[in-house]
Amino acid sequence: MIRSDEKPAEPFVAWAQQREAARLGIWLFLATEAMMFGSLIMVAWLYRLQHPDGVAEAVAGLHWQLATANTFMLLTSSLLMTLALAASEQGNALRLRRCLLGAALLGVLFLACKGVEYGLEYREGLLPGFAEDSPLHLPSAHLFMNLYFIATALHAVHVLVAVGLGLWLYMRLAPDNLSARGTRTRLEMVTLYWHLVDGIWILLFPTLYLVGR
Amino acid sequence: MSAPSYLHQQGLLSWFLTLDHKRIAVLYMVTVTFFFFAGGLAATLIRIELVTPQGDLLTADGYNRAFTLHGVIMVWFFLIPSIPSVFGNFLVPIMIGARDMAFPRLNLFSWYLLLGGGLFTLLALLLGGVDTGWTFYTPLSTMFSNGHVVAVICGVFIAGFSSIFTGINIIVTVHTLRAPGMTWMRLPLFIWAIYATSIILVLATPVLAITLLLVAAEHLFNVGVFDPRLGGDPLLFQHLFWFYSHPAVYIMILPAMGVVSELITAAGHKRIFGYRFVAWSSVAIAVIGFLVWGHHMFVAGQSMYASLVFSLLSFLVSIPSAIKAYNWSATLYKSDLTLHAPFLFALTFIGLFIIGGVTGLFLALLAADLHAHDTYFVVAHFHYIMVGAAVAGYFGALHFWWPKITGRLYSQLWGKITAVLVFCGFNLTFFPQFLLGYLGMPRRYHAYDPDFQFLNVLSSAGASILALAYVLPFFYLLGSLRWGERAPMNPWEAAGLEWRVPSPPPLHNFEEPVTVDFEAYDYSPEARRDPV
Amino acid sequence: MNEHFLRLWPVQGSDYAVSVDWLVIGFTGMMALFVVPVFVALWMFIWRYRRGREANRDHRAQSNLPIELAWIILPFIGSLVIFLFSARLFFFARTPPADALEIQVTARQWMWKFQHQGGQREINTLHVPARRPVKLTMISEDVIHSLFFPSLRIKQDVLPQRYSMLWFQAEHSGTYQVYCAEYCGTDHAAMLARLVVLDPGDYQHWLQDNGSAADLISQGETLYRQYGCGSCHDSGNAPPLAGVFNRTVRLADGGQVVADDAYLRDSIVLPQKHLVTGYLPIMPTYSNLLDEEAVQRLVAYLRSLPATASGDPK
Repeated sequence: MIRSDEKPAEPFVAWAQQREAARLGIWLFLATEAMMFGSLIMVAWLYRLQHPDGVAEAVAGLHWQLATANTFMLLTSSLLMTLALAASEQGNALRLRRCLLGAALLGVLFLACKGVEYGLEYREGLLPGFAEDSPLHLPSAHLFMNLYFIATALHAVHVLVAVGLGLWLYMRLAPDNLSARGTRTRLEMVTLYWHLVDGIWILLFPTLYLVGR
Repeated sequence: MSAPSYLHQQGLLSWFLTLDHKRIAVLYMVTVTFFFFAGGLAATLIRIELVTPQGDLLTADGYNRAFTLHGVIMVWFFLIPSIPSVFGNFLVPIMIGARDMAFPRLNLFSWYLLLGGGLFTLLALLLGGVDTGWTFYTPLSTMFSNGHVVAVICGVFIAGFSSIFTGINIIVTVHTLRAPGMTWMRLPLFIWAIYATSIILVLATPVLAITLLLVAAEHLFNVGVFDPRLGGDPLLFQHLFWFYSHPAVYIMILPAMGVVSELITAAGHKRIFGYRFVAWSSVAIAVIGFLVWGHHMFVAGQSMYASLVFSLLSFLVSIPSAIKAYNWSATLYKSDLTLHAPFLFALTFIGLFIIGGVTGLFLALLAADLHAHDTYFVVAHFHYIMVGAAVAGYFGALHFWWPKITGRLYSQLWGKITAVLVFCGFNLTFFPQFLLGYLGMPRRYHAYDPDFQFLNVLSSAGASILALAYVLPFFYLLGSLRWGERAPMNPWEAAGLEWRVPSPPPLHNFEEPVTVDFEAYDYSPEARRDPV
Repeated sequence: MNEHFLRLWPVQGSDYAVSVDWLVIGFTGMMALFVVPVFVALWMFIWRYRRGREANRDHRAQSNLPIELAWIILPFIGSLVIFLFSARLFFFARTPPADALEIQVTARQWMWKFQHQGGQREINTLHVPARRPVKLTMISEDVIHSLFFPSLRIKQDVLPQRYSMLWFQAEHSGTYQVYCAEYCGTDHAAMLARLVVLDPGDYQHWLQDNGSAADLISQGETLYRQYGCGSCHDSGNAPPLAGVFNRTVRLADGGQVVADDAYLRDSIVLPQKHLVTGYLPIMPTYSNLLDEEAVQRLVAYLRSLPATASGDPK
């Protein structure tokens, strides 16, 4: 099904070259994301060391059950993306589309669940900027809570982007250009990004919810 | 009949929608020139204010806004994009024998990001500006500032993504699009320098992004990450900020070093002395540059032992820079030297860079820094590097590759006059500031002790010469577009792939795919410099 | 006023300042040794090898490892020697002697406030005795400032919510300019002060002339009574404070901490930060009631409490 009229994009002379460029590009981009979230996670750990009591108070109030459910959803969605990639290599169009849709759906579920969590926290008066009578006593508990909001919100934006990319691929995957090389490269890039979003959550989850419960 | 040049197509849309790296480079050039003059205007205000010890031209608040504007615009909208985005874009594909950058659309998008970020910053300026200094130190920037901090942070944040994408593009291009035969050890040193710069752009900029995001969040929602009242640590901000901003200095100076390596070899018609050392020193600067940020914080309250380590590492990072300076001078030994304008800019660079680098070591010296920190000594030092040297590098590049970019020759005489004026004007402006700093004049003072007036007047006088020198090229270079002679393919008799294509180059740089079978700086008498 | 129309070197107010100047001069000399040859070589080569001039251009070297290693290693070793000298000076400048005279500094936008042990308070002027080590304990009430004594070649940032330290020993009586070196907002350039160094005898006179009714410790004691600290701390509901200074305190989370200035301050302003083991977290924060100067007085009082068998601070 490989189309013969397809050519690599402008500056490239060979498909292998274009794919190598795309891979290196996305890995570099992932490195920037890692530096960004890495700084944030480092800040969180620094304050964990400096204010163990405040952090413990903040952590005790977090909805770890919802977050655990979210972790499973995100991990499963990542698995589905990998299956989608495998399906595209086998040329299995139906499975590819199903996996993509499943992954995107789980991503949406993750966001919904996160929204519920934020809603609960808003009602508990924990949202920064809107909290007049917060139940937290220690100033450093506020600090950690706010850090939690920034980190998870930034991560949620990334999930949103990943879901958008997944859906965009789904729309583009008309059955006839399924095996186009360009599409397959794009699928691989989106999968890598998805894994990164997943990986960041794997680090955020214990950093924010679990340690010191 | 050869292919039409990349400038052939007409119409504004052909520029704003272009995917050609050379046109994007020209777009960047126009943009950074605009920001250079905007930042220069603020600098002019500052130097006029400082002619007299009383604050009479500007109010204290107005002065604070002027130097903040000067810093923000010059650092993020001129210096950082100057050489990497303008000449990196124009030269990287041609120098390695590629048709374009690896991701042309991303490349154009980066330019729009820089423009968008710049517009945000200008908007903040129109609304009244900011008074935090370009360093945004907390808690001043978060709780005590009465300016439009969030708008400026948005601008810098957006421009940061422009840096990141340009960096990614350059690294990927160098890795994947080198022509057959163009091995790493055959790359021009400009490519090595710009490659090392891109590593910094990619790895350091995200840290700035998240830091500024935290400052903006603190400003809007009182999240308190840097607020000591909630147990946050204002020093943490400084650590994160300098983790980006010290390497950012290398973003400004490394590409200029790469340019100088090209200018020296082209003027001397001789291979660079010690290619490997010069090439790897760029990478070494990029890597060690990540480990020295603490030398900005010797008096900030970090631990004494941390300061000792950072001081030692700062001495280490000076070694690769020294290697370059020694190797450049050694390159001129037994050379065949033409004293054209670009070479004079290279000399200007070397002179200013050595002074700036050595005075940087004074600041790395712990006991001396306790005195000189946050005085005009620091101001003078970083202007020698970031303005004197980096702008001399930028101007050198501009004068060297102008015939290639535009296809026109400009007046060598005016170019040489400018180079000499830059050197003299710059030293007159900033050398007195070393003395002022050692005398104890703190930076960011709009009114000062009358004792300091004489040196300040000298400095302002020098600044007027410098301003003239910085404006001059604008006229004679633009004039060359109309009245200049048509440039031949290789006006400097230089080696390098970019001199084997027509001036200006055709749309896809090379009409035939290139194969490289020669070393970098192949100036041996046998070398035939045939067009490709 | 144009007595110093063109001054090129700052006054030297202390022996330390003289040492720093020599360090700088020595380093300048060494750098000249490494840099001047580059400039000389540049000009020589430019002259000798300019195009059109007859010169021997045969056997062009592409690289020369021994030479390149030499010009890497020699300057580095030279710099290291200077680094060691400077590190020693830095260590000296950051380590106050134990017998230093203590003065409390509070910075705020845009003034400097000083409190002496005898209770004397000054704004934007600091009187100190000559030839005696003086240690400043500094804190800011708002943003970061930096206390800068150009004549003594020292400065230190003054942080909010955290004590920082600076010490010096001025040698000659006289008046010296003091600046705020860290940009701190609108009137940063007006945040100036004077350092007045007096001969020890004059300093005693000055202290007496400006002596307030109570010294810092008794002012602190007044605060201690006024805010009813004793009702808990003297009754056993809260940790007894006799001899608390520099004692090792066991904390509720199992850790230990030495009760220094910073600990005492935190315990007043952020009482939940370090909970002493065996006591309930009942202490409210006093950050709204006491400004930094008052906290300094209270800390001075707490430091003065001798260890008594009964644990009663009176």
